[in-house]
Amino acid sequence: MHINMLEAAVGAVASLAVPLAAVGLAHLPPRAPLLPMAETVGIAATVIDYPLPGEFLVEGRPATAPSAKVEIPAFRIMKRQVGLADYDLCVAEGACRPADARPSPRDVPVIGVSWLDAQAFAKWYSRGTGARWRLPTALEAAVAAGERFGGETFTAQADDPANPAVRWLRRYREEAAAKRPPDPEPKPFGHYGPNSMGIEDFGGNVWEWTSTCYERVTLAGDRKTAVSSTENCGVHVLEGRHRAYMSNFVRDGKSGGCAVGTPPENLGFRLVRDDADFPSVAWLDARLRGLFRQPSSQF
Amino acid sequence: MFTRRQALLGAAAATVLAGALPKLASAAPVTEAEIAALPREKVVLVKPPFVHAHEQVATSGPKVVEFTMPIEEKKVVIDDEGTEFQAMTFNGSMPGPMMVVHEGDYVELTLINPYTNTMPHNIDFHAATGALGGGALTLINPGEQVKLRFKATRTGTFVYHCAPEGAMIPWHVVSGMSGTIMVLPRDGLKNEKGEALRYDKIFYIGENDFYVPRDEEGNYKTYESHGESYADTVQVMRGLIPTHVVFNGAKGSLTGDNAMKSKVGETVLIVHSQANRDTRPHLIGGHGDYVWEEGKFANPPAKDLETWFIRGGSAGAALYTFLQPGIYAYVNHNLIEAVELGATAHFMVEGEWRDDLMKQVAAPGPITTN
Repeated sequence: MHINMLEAAVGAVASLAVPLAAVGLAHLPPRAPLLPMAETVGIAATVIDYPLPGEFLVEGRPATAPSAKVEIPAFRIMKRQVGLADYDLCVAEGACRPADARPSPRDVPVIGVSWLDAQAFAKWYSRGTGARWRLPTALEAAVAAGERFGGETFTAQADDPANPAVRWLRRYREEAAAKRPPDPEPKPFGHYGPNSMGIEDFGGNVWEWTSTCYERVTLAGDRKTAVSSTENCGVHVLEGRHRAYMSNFVRDGKSGGCAVGTPPENLGFRLVRDDADFPSVAWLDARLRGLFRQPSSQF
Repeated sequence: MFTRRQALLGAAAATVLAGALPKLASAAPVTEAEIAALPREKVVLVKPPFVHAHEQVATSGPKVVEFTMPIEEKKVVIDDEGTEFQAMTFNGSMPGPMMVVHEGDYVELTLINPYTNTMPHNIDFHAATGALGGGALTLINPGEQVKLRFKATRTGTFVYHCAPEGAMIPWHVVSGMSGTIMVLPRDGLKNEKGEALRYDKIFYIGENDFYVPRDEEGNYKTYESHGESYADTVQVMRGLIPTHVVFNGAKGSLTGDNAMKSKVGETVLIVHSQANRDTRPHLIGGHGDYVWEEGKFANPPAKDLETWFIRGGSAGAALYTFLQPGIYAYVNHNLIEAVELGATAHFMVEGEWRDDLMKQVAAPGPITTN
């Protein structure tokens, strides 16, 4: 069945290729080799009990993020975070803005990148490899992080409805206690080791962008049912040692002034490969896209 | 049997003891024998932001207060990127520790420059009179110590700093060598009506501006010695734009576990010192109930300030009673300096929340249309 589908796909491509050649594209100069495909880890479909990202209110007061059992289809995610060397290739081709990362003699994860930078890289990398790469959802990041998932380390619960400061003080103390000595220097791949699924370096000093938007939700008295919600896609969720929310253009997580929370040490990312279940189709797709590979080409 | 003269002297001595004639005492030279007869007190200095125990209202007459400060040249980390900085310190801390005496007291400082240091140092007290604030009498090489005595004739918070000579002066100061002495009126702090003001706690914040050179790639440079850092550092200093503006010697040093702690109803005196550069402290969500911007207690305090101005080369004092619990950020309200360069501290304040002072009447939610 699959083989038949594949044949059908090949046939379709072949039939497309003929007229393209006929209109004169066949004499294009030999195309540059495709970018090597980053190593990925396949994650089987699963169900997790997941503390939802965002800010939650019950009766006008901050509430603990509700957990929900969520079903996640299988997906493939990069074994390592996107590296500075690969990112710099994108920069060299003019498709990415230089990262705020310090130059490094070793290949280290790229840091100092915004959500917008990550999007630009995913687009360029998809074009270069011929596969569809995108940021993981916060949910996928949680599944891939496995036992290293930080999520909402600090409950947002209003401890004393009459005194908002009790929560502020508790959270400040918890964050201070959880704080480790600063160690923002990028580490070589594998420094923080693999998790039980073989995914490297999750929960190290690089927080990872996701495609999930920040959301503020008012819950009903059952603390589960949403009464209203406001989504702000100018801010996205980052997962790491703890969950963070950052504006799309922010490249470092430093705090100061009236922001008293513990900031992420570095911002980076890894990507999900969408067409993981159909490698042959992906390969064909890559060939087809490679045919049009021009600096300005769009898919 | 008393002569008339003895009776007069006795009366004068009693008046001086009561603290009513400090100006007269400073006007008329006191003999060495008279000073030698004064009681002496040895004070052990403590690390900022804390201040050694002291009386707010003097319960006895003038005395000689002895302090000892070793000078320590050392490498320290000044931010969360791990930037290493060749610091010069009084007593091992940035800022140098705060000394507290009363008007009419004699400050007797033993300044020590250990063998382990590499440079000559001295001390210039803005509270002192003559000899470049004591600088001309205290220059010592590594392996030497010196003892200086000066009379605290004016009340207020005053900067002290190292001022060896020429180009060394600003470099030593922006390498960390400054601190504060507070000279309290013998009868304590007063408001504009002359009524007594007291504090339950005192916090001492020294603000430093650092000028750390960068390499070609924009990374902060690390040097093996003070001497090697000098030429590059002076180039950055001459641009007048600091790379770091921090409280207590390092970014974040008064936050987290080291945040200053208070509670609702407690009155704190916050002394803010900047030896080199203007600054503008602001307590986010609070105020300055009584503020001596210039730091000099002979002037009535300004009231209800939102932000106060501390001139470079001076120390000021702000008195505030916390009314609401929570986390307060205490910043240099040039917010670029507060957030980007590091001039942020935190207060953790416990207590009961007052809805009448502030309440979120409606929580954030979708915009209602009607």
